[in-house]
Amino acid sequence: MTPVVDDDPRIIEFDVRTDEMLVNMGPQHPSTHGVLRLVLRTDGEIVSQVEPHIGYLHRCAEKIGENLTARQWIPYTDRMDYLAAMNMNLGWALTVEKLMRHQVSEKARHLRVLIAELNRIASHLVGMGAYGLDLGTFSPFLYAFREREKILDLFEEACGARLTYSYLTVGGATADLPPGWLQRCEAFLDQFLPVIEEYHTLLTTNAIFVKRTAGIGVLSREMAIDYGCSGPVLRGSGVDQDLRRDGEAIYTGMYDGYAFEVAVQKHGRYPRDHVYPAVPHDAVLGDCWHRFFVRMLEVMQSVDLVRQAIDRYAACREPLGEPLKLAEKIPAGDVYLETECPKGQTGFYLVSDGSAIPWRVRARSSCFSNLSVLHELCRGCLIADVPAIVGSLDVVMGEIDR
Amino acid sequence: MRGPGFLDTLQAACPGAVIGSSLESIDPWIEVAPEKLVEVCQWLKKSSESRFDSLECITAVDWFEPDAKKAAKVSWKPHLEMVYHLWSTVSRMSLVLKTQLPRWQGDVAGQLPDLPSVVGVWRTADWHEREVYDLSGVNFTGHPDLRRILCPEDWEGYPLRKDYQMPLEYHGIRGR
Repeated sequence: MTPVVDDDPRIIEFDVRTDEMLVNMGPQHPSTHGVLRLVLRTDGEIVSQVEPHIGYLHRCAEKIGENLTARQWIPYTDRMDYLAAMNMNLGWALTVEKLMRHQVSEKARHLRVLIAELNRIASHLVGMGAYGLDLGTFSPFLYAFREREKILDLFEEACGARLTYSYLTVGGATADLPPGWLQRCEAFLDQFLPVIEEYHTLLTTNAIFVKRTAGIGVLSREMAIDYGCSGPVLRGSGVDQDLRRDGEAIYTGMYDGYAFEVAVQKHGRYPRDHVYPAVPHDAVLGDCWHRFFVRMLEVMQSVDLVRQAIDRYAACREPLGEPLKLAEKIPAGDVYLETECPKGQTGFYLVSDGSAIPWRVRARSSCFSNLSVLHELCRGCLIADVPAIVGSLDVVMGEIDR
Repeated sequence: MRGPGFLDTLQAACPGAVIGSSLESIDPWIEVAPEKLVEVCQWLKKSSESRFDSLECITAVDWFEPDAKKAAKVSWKPHLEMVYHLWSTVSRMSLVLKTQLPRWQGDVAGQLPDLPSVVGVWRTADWHEREVYDLSGVNFTGHPDLRRILCPEDWEGYPLRKDYQMPLEYHGIRGR
């Protein structure tokens, strides 16, 4: 900063000169959401440049995919976005089905919506809780994990795993839901809905939280698109896009007949804004607060979708159908499919030469693109705002590094 | 999806750029000449009716069969295929661009093939091109900061090449 010249001799701080300094943050840092290393060029408290270093979790999952059959790769998709593994399973399963021109049964379709939306709630709860941690408040994290635990219990009952499910798979799902599961899921939703009010009190409308997030890290609409941002990061900047509505037919067909409104601010208003807390005055579209709020809206949207899916699933009389064989041959060709995962649009690209083992698999990571905009957002912010901005992007390093 | 009419407009706007297409595929694609890539991308983003303002993914596919027995049976010649997946937030349409590169520049193993960078068109290409350089070994000319992104900077080789050999040792860590 250039020192301001002032004649008043009592004001001494204007004479203090600061030097540029490189500050290393991470890779082991509580607020970098995994192993992310940031090198900050600072001048006093002001950050002038941020250089992210990624790759600490790189396993070259794409290379592994060239040595396994398409269905065998499902567990590796689990380990990309491990906080929303169901959505990752689904994305890859749909990509393979797109190339095979395979359509799953009606029951499997509703089961997928049900499971994917439930996982979206769990993922956003982690995003919300961890965001509180980033900003120095511990309680929301405990509140969020208390409810997430119940979702994980439901998943455990359905497939035996709590984090890496491999449940939704090519051709449907590995197993049907156990008896009584739907009732337990409904009981969870009934109990969960009032809890969201607590989250709004703890964070969304909390004066300190608003001070830390409103007007911080403003991402313009144009920049969001230019950097390939997606999901809540894109919608937080006011871009009306949600692949569940705007995506390809094979994916939007899954949500056919479901009623939901995309969580985005249009003409200065969020959908159903009379029910939810008002946008604070200091908040600017595209800032950390809006990105956080979009996630909170999506939690409620997903509760609604899960309820719809339960009704539809319960009404299905036909069987779930068997998933495809483990070593099923895939027709030659190449397809790309993006799905709306909790953290953004995750895409899979599959090239097949006609055998059971893909010639090339490619995972397009949503967090990878979302994180690449970080250096723009952090230019000129305070050091203390860096965790606030990184947290608002809600990245998961497993998906970035693959 | 855009029909043949779209292809005609593209050909008129960038003469000589389109060298192949497959509109009947599940994901229809257009193949462009590598040297015309940036021109085509700029046109697609700025001038085309659909305005492909978002670059979703860049993929390099290595068409090479290391097994000599199997290589005798394949119908293609060894090459690198670059695939660009574009998306328009305006018209909500996608587009697939492909372009072909030699596996090595001038057939000299280790000499990376050149391809003009599209960072000037979409800024997200910065990290995506670094990833392709890192894992598949493509030299993006005009890229502001082309260095490895996922692998360590002193890593050798390009893991997603089909003839990649896993190192047996890296800084004292056993590879196998």
